[in-house]
Amino acid sequence: MNSSRKNSVLLGVVILAMFVGSVFTMKLLDQERGLQATLEEVLYLPSGKVLKRLSLGYSSLLADIYWTRAVQYFGTRHVVGGMHYELLPSLLDITSDLDPHIVEVYQFGSIFLSDQPPNGAGRPDKAVELVEKGIRENPSFWRLYVTLGFVHYMDRHDYKAAQEAFEKGSEVPGALSWMKVLAARMAENRKDVNTAIALWQAVYTTTGDKDIKQTALSHLDSIQADLDIMQLDRIVNQYHQRQGTYPESWDALISEGVLRGVPKDPHGNPYVLKRNGVIGVQDSKQFPFLNEWRNQ
Amino acid sequence: MTSRISAITLNTFREAVRDRVLYNLVVFALLLVASAPLFSQISIGMERLIVVNVGLTSISIFGVIIAIFIGIGLVSKEIEKRTLYTILSRPVRRWEFIAGKYLGLMLTLVVNTALMTVGLYIALFTFAHGQNPGDPRLLVAVYFMVLELAVITAFTLLFSSFSSPIFSAIFTFALFVIGTFAEDLRGFAALSHGLTKTLATGIAYLVPNFASLNVIGQVAHDQSISGRLIVFNTLYVLLYAGATTLAAIMVFERRNLK
Amino acid sequence: MNAIEIKELTKSYPVGFWKKQLRPALKPFNLNVAVGETFGFLGPNGAGKTTTLKLLMGIVFPTSGSANILGKDFHDPEVKKRIGFLPEQPYFYDYLSAPELLDYYANLSGMPSAARKARIPQLLERVGLGDVGSKQLRKFSKGMLQRVGIAQAIVHDPEVLFLDEPMSGLDPLGRHEIRELIQSLKDAGKTIFFSTHILSDAEALCDRVGVIHKGELRGVGVVNDLRSSEGGKSEIIWQKAAALAAVAGDLLESHVTGDMVRATVAADTLDRVLDKLRQEHARLISVTPLHGTLEEYFLSRTTDQESVQV
Repeated sequence: MNSSRKNSVLLGVVILAMFVGSVFTMKLLDQERGLQATLEEVLYLPSGKVLKRLSLGYSSLLADIYWTRAVQYFGTRHVVGGMHYELLPSLLDITSDLDPHIVEVYQFGSIFLSDQPPNGAGRPDKAVELVEKGIRENPSFWRLYVTLGFVHYMDRHDYKAAQEAFEKGSEVPGALSWMKVLAARMAENRKDVNTAIALWQAVYTTTGDKDIKQTALSHLDSIQADLDIMQLDRIVNQYHQRQGTYPESWDALISEGVLRGVPKDPHGNPYVLKRNGVIGVQDSKQFPFLNEWRNQ
Repeated sequence: MTSRISAITLNTFREAVRDRVLYNLVVFALLLVASAPLFSQISIGMERLIVVNVGLTSISIFGVIIAIFIGIGLVSKEIEKRTLYTILSRPVRRWEFIAGKYLGLMLTLVVNTALMTVGLYIALFTFAHGQNPGDPRLLVAVYFMVLELAVITAFTLLFSSFSSPIFSAIFTFALFVIGTFAEDLRGFAALSHGLTKTLATGIAYLVPNFASLNVIGQVAHDQSISGRLIVFNTLYVLLYAGATTLAAIMVFERRNLK
Repeated sequence: MNAIEIKELTKSYPVGFWKKQLRPALKPFNLNVAVGETFGFLGPNGAGKTTTLKLLMGIVFPTSGSANILGKDFHDPEVKKRIGFLPEQPYFYDYLSAPELLDYYANLSGMPSAARKARIPQLLERVGLGDVGSKQLRKFSKGMLQRVGIAQAIVHDPEVLFLDEPMSGLDPLGRHEIRELIQSLKDAGKTIFFSTHILSDAEALCDRVGVIHKGELRGVGVVNDLRSSEGGKSEIIWQKAAALAAVAGDLLESHVTGDMVRATVAADTLDRVLDKLRQEHARLISVTPLHGTLEEYFLSRTTDQESVQV
């Protein structure tokens, strides 16, 4: 039955080829639909409470689904470079209605809701609402007070509210002692880079979510780069005052003895010295939060 | 060859039409579509939106139910009742039999869907009161539903050629549910790591992707649907349902019948 | 050219939990059936008759071996236009009417539309279903279904017929009609291969028979030869037990019940015995020729012996 075996193999190959073709077509479909994807369902379903009722007891699973969608939604837009994250508050709202105990939702939501575009939605008010909801539903999770205080401090510049958040958080059983320290710093009533560094470190340690950790690190790197650049700026300006021109390269400053070696950014790449004394990083994509702390 | 396949196609259609259970389902579906305007009484100003949403969703769900209902017995019933004996003793090739059954069920589903769509249009014309009722985008949504049914039918056929009706129903229904959430599964796969990621990605691409075939929300909100989407969806279903049907043929060609 | 040639056809089923062992349902056998011959395939239930037919029709696949029908490989779909099959206890699409079913099947067998329109009504008459009209098959009795079965087997006028228990489900009148039908098909030159466990049917219709038992072909023989080789016997029943003594020497067997005697006598001694009984004034009740030969052949082949090729 040799020809029948050949036929089987041929058929099997054809089936496989068609299937692979379908996978490629699916990718084409994804591209085509791109940003439309989540839009449909969110328009369709007005509120998380309704959805919870409709989910017939499987709200926890549905919450996971919506959480995945929220992250994907955010991720897609971030890559594409659009400035609009209008649906993010709704998605996060629905998710937290479906399952109020996913703390990452509040942590993630607050950071990406309050960050300025293009990195976030630029809605710190929505972020506060979300975190307060999270605290209501999870009163023993003191880490959420870190999130709350963070938003008040960094994005809303409401130092009093930030202080209150950290103080309340420090009173929750199990809260770590640096909560009180941070509360005190909030009381200094100004936006200070060291406090910012401390806060981002606090965010980093109080979350298990890899994406949030990554963002915190990214912020810390950018702050460091900002500080470096401010320092290098002072050095370059001093050179200008002395020599009347801006230095051609770092070598000029090194031979003068002002710098010990080529200055490198937190990612290990040398800083770039441009024509008229402007200093930048080699790869600005590595430092999406640059310039936030300049001129402070 | 074509006359044999079309004979089997028409006979399969005839069988579905004469099946009294089918009538119950269709009548129920039509009632549901016709009752869509009642829902709209609840929230004024959203009449068209509600009618389109409820109507299209009903057509889709009932199409799936009918597809599974009839599909699971397509081959297994013929084996069980041994009506296949007198078919195979004739010049009918086994693959022609599968092809005819598939086309017959698709014909049934297309006719059903068309009837229900007509019902929906009637409901819209009657109750939409001058809001744009004759929307050709509705037909695109319906076309996509038929594409979805093409995939589901292929699955019922595949399962029917080697397992019992109960298991066919369970497997197909499971695939339908997973397929509806396939996009979320891919999102989940993108977020996870290691073994979970590999497994999730594998399954996410293996199962049918129904999310792209659902444009009910867009049509309800009067948004446009790109021509490329239509082309890609058609291509996707042709390849995917085609592969599944070929697999069904491959299984059936080799099977020793009882 | 032979109508049917079976070469070393075998079928085994994997059994056991891991499907490792093979249980032979049909041991390798060879058989040829000539064009125009009526061949009876005899065997007790479960012997493998239906398995053989299922193999030939392509419903199951052989473990090894092959077959030719009308000179072509038995899986060749084109040759199936020239054969007809009646399965055992057939079941048809119950939502169709008889004419619709026959039309569907004839179409699948390659019969053009005009020919179908002409043939189907007369065919229904011929099998005794002239008045069923558009009644759906789900309302048919077993006997009516059997007739539909025969109709669908011959609707496209095939040269070779495969019939599995064609008389099952029929009342005596029906069996008579179908026997006549098969006889007329035989007279028209068709090759008929039919399996049965009813010996009288086989004897009446078949040129040759094959006996199959426990998956093995035990013997093939020409019916006429079998009949004449053993000579005929007759059974006599008479009243007057006292007359027994006069004929006892000529009898092969006898049983006495009260005053009635039932005896078996060889054909050549029949007349002498009858004369003697008349002389004794016995009252003859019945004289019946016995065709026990096929039965004996059958029985001899189906007790466990080695297979014999006649």
